[in-house]
Amino acid sequence: MALMLMKSVRNSPVTSSWLINIQLSNSLCGFFFPGFSKKGQPKSKKTLAKSGVKNIVLVEGVRTPFLMAGTTYNDLMPHDLARASLQGLLTKTGLPKDAVEYLVFGTVIQEVKTSNVAREAALGAGFSDKIPAHTVTMACISSNQAMTTAVGLIAAGQCDTVVAGGVEFMSDVPIRHSRKMRKIMLSLNKAKTFGQRMALLGKMRLSHFAPELPAVAEFSTGETMGHSADRLAAAFGVTRLEQDEFAFRSHNFAKKAQDAGFLSDVLSISVPGKGMVSKDNGIRPSSLDQMAKLKPAFIKPHGTVTAANSSFLTDGASSTLIMSEEKALAMGFKPKAYLRDFVFVSQDPKDQLLLGPTYSTSKILEKTGLTLADIDVLEFHEAFAGQIMANLKAMDSDWFAQTYVGKKSKVGSVPMEKLNTWGGSLSLGHPFGATGCRLVTTTAHRLRKEGGQYGLVAACAAGGQGHAMIVEAYPQ
Amino acid sequence: MTGMRAVGILSRFATTRTYVNYEVKDDVAVIRINDPNSKVNTLSAQMQSEMTQVMNEVWANGAVRSAVLISSKPGCFIAGADINMIEACQTEEDVTAISQEGQKMFEKVAKSPIPIIAAINGSCLGGGLEFAIACQYRVATKSKKTILGTPEVMLGLLPGAGGTQRLPKMVGLPAAFDMMLTGRNLSADKAKKMGLIHHLVHPLGPGLKQPEGRTIEYLEEVAVGLAKGVASGTVPVKPQKRIMQKIQDYIMGIPLVRQQIYKTVGKKVAKQTKGLYPAPLKIIEAVQAGLEKGSEVGYVVESQNFGKLAMTTESKALVGIYHGQVTCKKNRFGTPEKEVTKLAVLGAGLMGAGIAQVTVNRGVGTILKDTSEVALSRGQQQVYNGFNEMTKKKRITAFERDTSMSSLSPQLDYSGFDKVDMVIEAVFEDMDLKHKVLKDVEAVISPHCVFATNTSALPIKDIAAVSKRPEKVIGMHYFSPVEKMQLLEIITTDKTSKDTTASAVAVGLKQGKVVIVVKDGPGFYTTRCLATMMAEAVRALQEGMGPKKLDSVTTSFGFPVGAATLLDEVGIDVGTHVAEYLSKAFGPRFGGGDIEVMKAMLEKGFKGRKSGKGCFIYEKGSKKKKVNPGVEEIVKKFKLAIPASVSSDLDLQFRLVSRFVNEAVMCLQEGILSGPVEGDIGAVFGLGFPPCHGGPFWFVDSFGADNLVQKMRKFEEVYGNQFTPCQLLLDHAKDSSKKFHK
Repeated sequence: MALMLMKSVRNSPVTSSWLINIQLSNSLCGFFFPGFSKKGQPKSKKTLAKSGVKNIVLVEGVRTPFLMAGTTYNDLMPHDLARASLQGLLTKTGLPKDAVEYLVFGTVIQEVKTSNVAREAALGAGFSDKIPAHTVTMACISSNQAMTTAVGLIAAGQCDTVVAGGVEFMSDVPIRHSRKMRKIMLSLNKAKTFGQRMALLGKMRLSHFAPELPAVAEFSTGETMGHSADRLAAAFGVTRLEQDEFAFRSHNFAKKAQDAGFLSDVLSISVPGKGMVSKDNGIRPSSLDQMAKLKPAFIKPHGTVTAANSSFLTDGASSTLIMSEEKALAMGFKPKAYLRDFVFVSQDPKDQLLLGPTYSTSKILEKTGLTLADIDVLEFHEAFAGQIMANLKAMDSDWFAQTYVGKKSKVGSVPMEKLNTWGGSLSLGHPFGATGCRLVTTTAHRLRKEGGQYGLVAACAAGGQGHAMIVEAYPQ
Repeated sequence: MTGMRAVGILSRFATTRTYVNYEVKDDVAVIRINDPNSKVNTLSAQMQSEMTQVMNEVWANGAVRSAVLISSKPGCFIAGADINMIEACQTEEDVTAISQEGQKMFEKVAKSPIPIIAAINGSCLGGGLEFAIACQYRVATKSKKTILGTPEVMLGLLPGAGGTQRLPKMVGLPAAFDMMLTGRNLSADKAKKMGLIHHLVHPLGPGLKQPEGRTIEYLEEVAVGLAKGVASGTVPVKPQKRIMQKIQDYIMGIPLVRQQIYKTVGKKVAKQTKGLYPAPLKIIEAVQAGLEKGSEVGYVVESQNFGKLAMTTESKALVGIYHGQVTCKKNRFGTPEKEVTKLAVLGAGLMGAGIAQVTVNRGVGTILKDTSEVALSRGQQQVYNGFNEMTKKKRITAFERDTSMSSLSPQLDYSGFDKVDMVIEAVFEDMDLKHKVLKDVEAVISPHCVFATNTSALPIKDIAAVSKRPEKVIGMHYFSPVEKMQLLEIITTDKTSKDTTASAVAVGLKQGKVVIVVKDGPGFYTTRCLATMMAEAVRALQEGMGPKKLDSVTTSFGFPVGAATLLDEVGIDVGTHVAEYLSKAFGPRFGGGDIEVMKAMLEKGFKGRKSGKGCFIYEKGSKKKKVNPGVEEIVKKFKLAIPASVSSDLDLQFRLVSRFVNEAVMCLQEGILSGPVEGDIGAVFGLGFPPCHGGPFWFVDSFGADNLVQKMRKFEEVYGNQFTPCQLLLDHAKDSSKKFHK
């Protein structure tokens, strides 16, 4: 009944539903009286709610602790981490397993045994085998893609309750035999006689045994991402000191947030044979002097990107529960935020590999009619400190906006006091496929904590792609 | 007080300098070069004098501990010495003096009290490279535009400013010989591996400024850092050598080994140049003098050889070709109204696929159309194989290969032809077929679309006769194999519009071709010249000269491919076709050999290389060419007696060459050619006319028109009007002050 009423509310003009609204639920207030932000100046737009479009909400977001690759998670498999995050989500929300209609997970480096890791994790976590699941991949914005896929499913009326997540497991990656070796091995399958088999084995050479390692390199250009980041930093004149300072800031903010207990999305999980893990282990506030001592990691010796100002290889998984607002309310949930609008962008994978946030921010702001000043919380993915600084400079440049983005003027100067104040990928870690959910969940949590209305998530990804999403606080 | 005055004078100098300037950053002098009047920096007299001033100031400045040498010009460090400066010299001694000046300047750089870092972005060639290797340290951008090399040999010269002395010490004897004797360009990567440069800097993409400018700034920043490091000793100036290089250096330290190398290289050079090019031997001489007798002697030999070479006709001819090539890389018809962004090629044969390959290589969307699935698939494979070869040689990446291939759309019908800006047909050379194709195409293309026909002999005006829009019809004569041959001969009729011509030239240049534009007529320019020579070659066969003999007299004149081999390469079928056609058009002047010889060859299936048998027998995997006994038999049937007065090798050589040259001059006389430069370039790049002779017109100038006429008259007595010199040649013979090239 309530459900039906709400539908009519949503579909009717705002003013005419005035009375019903009050009777219905307090929590719907935000829908009609949004923008009651305690913070900042009046907004360009009171809400991003659109008539005729379903409101889609983030009900909850959780993640496993993000650990440096090769540490406590060493002996697990990717779906174990994903499973842990799913179970955490269930525990935290009390969501009945059969209430979920669909699962989507993002991942980048696939474990070939569990290439549809979403399905394996769901089964392992005890979800009904009647719930379909699929896995998406879009480099570092894979779980952003998972979340927007969920948004799409709900908006299209396919589902009301979707779990979107992401997982990355860098402690173990598929290392393959060489192509020549694989060819012989595959032919061996087809060989029928002993003679044929021996002839094939005779073809093997020592060099065929050299393995093929996966590289964090662009397929189209062959350039590693760190190398591209170093060139990007140089193109924007980002100094080594600026990068170290930004990384230093990230670690300090992360430490403070961790100590203050702000990182409430982090689950405690039990690792077989190793015990409980409940904290990210990559947060290491150091000193600028210490950081200055490191040698460049990619462009030697004159580069500026080092191990200390880059994100590190990380294991981790994250999950979010995304629902239509009406369903969430009907089930008695208290949503954390609206997932309002999003864009995906892409550009030259060589020279603009990591400039996604600049393009996506510009595009989402234009699309939603907001300005940078309307944004209370900024969560940008920190692949490299140099990449973040380059993006900040690009967004603050009219020349760049006009020459490359095709806009009349720049996005503006990003207010640092609003950016990644609880740490970022540099310090918390960056499990490629799982970072997107962390960004969105953190944005929702920060909006709550800081009392803002609009949050902006932006990220870059391999392939020269990028993503941005506007998250709007759910009225408390 | 005097010091103060000196500073005043110096600063006044600084303001008037336009080529070289410097500023001091911390304790590093950053010396920037930029020729304000040219796209490239050359070591002109003014550049050198300003450089000397600046260097002296830098050395005199006690606060400077190191220096960086950098160009502010995008895409060019220093492209070499100023050729005009050498051309302006009247005597050997003058040129030697220029060389010595360069040697002295770079010697000072090499002995500089402070380290000098060459920061290289763009072309670093010839004198530019010699400058760079005189510096203590070299850093270069890993841009595609950054190329290093010593191309002097291609101009018939040698690296005359210390290059023959420094290079062998730096990269080892074999690599130095390879660089100096071939003149080929090295990429920055390759140069790093060879130890020619110390450090690489990657070019930057978009930032807060134009990428090119920012890359130069970045290179400078890195170079300044390195300069400080070199000055303080933290950055080693000796490049780290790989083990193989160390072993090689050790072996090269043995005098006997070196002697053996001089000998082997000398032999190889003699074999390849057939003694027609003096520069390679002079390079070996200068290197040998330096290594065996000490650098003092080496420098003297280098500068003297440089002077000698500059005065040779070979060098002058090669410099002429260089200038000609530069001219033919420009579009003298202006920018076309509409740039060709989509093109269609009709016929996926050897030619058609080749044209498609060079077009998609430049990112122009190309339709490749044929009438049969089999032919189309073969053509597509040819294009793929072409790119795959480039990938294997690391000239392009696999990704670039794939994107190029996706610009190619092979198809059997005319769909999408309404959107193309140019159609190049490369169907079989048959007038009826060409007419049919032209009509079919005109029915589907848009009004602005240019119709180009690739033919080696059929007059364009006859093909255009059935066109509804003859102003849009033009000839584009490509040479096989298209992806390797540099020339494109464009043929205009009286009706072809200027914009159509501009469009065709623009496409040719985009395809990386050297373009000549000639007037319409049977055989145009190149085919006409070649046909006369081929007719003479067949006659020589009938006179009992074997194919091997024929090849050797032509290659010893400097042709890269002998006449008999060339006949096989062109194809006996195509040759016969063209010869018959041109004989009809021009009459007995195009006679010589009996056309029936070629027809008899065709009857036996001897089509040339493509059928495995022509004058020679071609077997896969075997490089040795055997004479085809079948041809010898045929020739016997058509045997001609050879008059004793014209039977020497030299006579035979000149019979072949003089007909070629006479026909070229006649093309100029008739206005088929617009000038001698295009005639020379067409003959050298399209037909392999010996570069050491500079092309037919250079050859007439240097050999003497009167001498040539004299020879021709002798042949005329025996053979008749095929050797009658044309009027223009006679004019030049009469008046020795008349030259084709001033």
